[in-house]
Amino acid sequence: MTVTESIPQSARGRKADVHRARWPAYAALGAILLLSVFPLYWSIVVSSRDQSAVGRYPPPLVPGGSLWDNLSAAYQQGNFGVALANSTIVAGTITVSVVFTSTLAGFAFAKLRFRGRNALFTVVVATMLVPPQLAIVPLYIMVTQWFGWANDLRGVIVPTLVSAFGVFFMRQYLTSAVPGELLEAGRADGASTFRMYWNIVLPIARPGAAVLGLLTFIMYWNDLFWPLILLNTQNPTVQVAIANTSSGIEVDYSLVLAGTVIATFPMLIVFLLLGRQIIGGIMQGAVKG
Amino acid sequence: MTLRRQAGSSIRTRLHRFDLKGSPYLYITPFFVLFGVFGLLPLAYTALLSTTAWSPRRPGSEDSSVGLGNYGDLLGDENFHNALINTFGIGLLSTVPQLLLALGIAHLLNYRLRGRLFFRMGVLVPYITSVAAVALIFNQIFARDFGLLNWLLQPFTGGTPIDWRASTLASWVAVSVMVTWHWTGYNALIYLAAMQTIPYELYESAAIDGASRWRQFWHITVPSLRPTIIFTVIVSTIGALQLFAEPFLFDTTRNNNGGSERQFQTVVLYLYQQFWSNGQYGYGAAIAWTLFLITVVIALINFLLVRRIRSTE
Repeated sequence: MTVTESIPQSARGRKADVHRARWPAYAALGAILLLSVFPLYWSIVVSSRDQSAVGRYPPPLVPGGSLWDNLSAAYQQGNFGVALANSTIVAGTITVSVVFTSTLAGFAFAKLRFRGRNALFTVVVATMLVPPQLAIVPLYIMVTQWFGWANDLRGVIVPTLVSAFGVFFMRQYLTSAVPGELLEAGRADGASTFRMYWNIVLPIARPGAAVLGLLTFIMYWNDLFWPLILLNTQNPTVQVAIANTSSGIEVDYSLVLAGTVIATFPMLIVFLLLGRQIIGGIMQGAVKG
Repeated sequence: MTLRRQAGSSIRTRLHRFDLKGSPYLYITPFFVLFGVFGLLPLAYTALLSTTAWSPRRPGSEDSSVGLGNYGDLLGDENFHNALINTFGIGLLSTVPQLLLALGIAHLLNYRLRGRLFFRMGVLVPYITSVAAVALIFNQIFARDFGLLNWLLQPFTGGTPIDWRASTLASWVAVSVMVTWHWTGYNALIYLAAMQTIPYELYESAAIDGASRWRQFWHITVPSLRPTIIFTVIVSTIGALQLFAEPFLFDTTRNNNGGSERQFQTVVLYLYQQFWSNGQYGYGAAIAWTLFLITVVIALINFLLVRRIRSTE
């Protein structure tokens, strides 16, 4: 009696022992956290000082008083009014489209039976691994010469309206989130496929779609390569704008890093508000992948 | 009457049959149409373009076929070889530490922690920061004169600041630090997600058998993560082969040389230079297509290698 009870008890004691973090783990995580956040803190320190304070040893390690001056100077020089609006339009439109097309296709791949389904889904997964940079030359020719969208936001938006990752993500999400019986019941009641999509699948898909939307928005807010090629300095996105501020032999880091603060902080605010969902989304995509 | 009802019901059956068999294709059509036009078509068109000497600076040159001539030129192009070496060097210097660090961080995050969300959000902050912003912030940190890192290194360098852009190895290290800082936390969360699916009993029985935490980590955690490790190795290798923004922004002259002697010019930066600065559409396309083939081969090698290493254990 005492023996049989003591074994599970000691195992439970070990359970806590194996998994609970002790101080070395907290110390290591603290150091990692510091390294993760420090460069952003540093961007605030530099952009709150004038150039001469940055070009001196020992460097200032706490923020100074010129943050607002540098932010507004960078804002005007870098065309950030236009840039912020452009980035919002670009990332917003792409997000809406990616979420919409991905829930549609994800639903079909997760819950409908049709000929060639597995082969087509394999194609989707394979295309996730094809880097878009590689098609840059023909894409530029197509967008500027065939469609006439040089320096036009449509040229930035339209080629990225769909995402293989999005389809993959929604398919994984809907496979487990939508119970098959619910669809069978709907079918038995004579509901068309579209009705089932609209009335049953979409409401269930909402949390997954929100996460996909967040990840997509962050991704295209931060994208540099394609907008850099297509847009000129008068009509930039924020990433193109900060890339433009920093060229030349003599770099004024106060202004350059003020630009990065302007470009980064909208995303940081989104992250502070919705970090839990973003983390959940990344981890979900990983496990089910 | 009966006829009409029959006709009506046959239309309805046909509609119903279409709804069952045909409509799934409608749901996937938007994806495949747009992907075909802006994904597959450009990739195929790249192959075609790479056999021409098209340059917008020479009108009429779009029809000037050179066969495989561009590829022959690439074989003898020292700048291309240099770009390949830089890409592989920076790729190794960034991918390996990044994934090892991520594994360690994930292990720490997998403990029962107070303030779990706080720590997870903390390690993900670099991922939320755009690559451009990362590169520009680190440009200051790696500046030769009055850069933060050179100040920290003063006791070791004896007053001579390191010119991070000047030498090949130093510039590779600098660029790799940017890449590592940006991606480590993201990969850590991916590993963490996979770690949480490992059955707890495995650790429990190992602990009862007296296995240390270190042994548990190597003999339970790492083998269980094998598919995830394969996935992250492939994804970050492909990312490393595409490296552009960091080396592009690290050279503040913006002539796309990647340093005065092309110390850190990567393949995509060289592609960008040929295509954008020199207007060589055909040659640029040949670089792109070659890089695509290299990417496919390396992804396959990675896959086989990682699978092999873990299964021989």
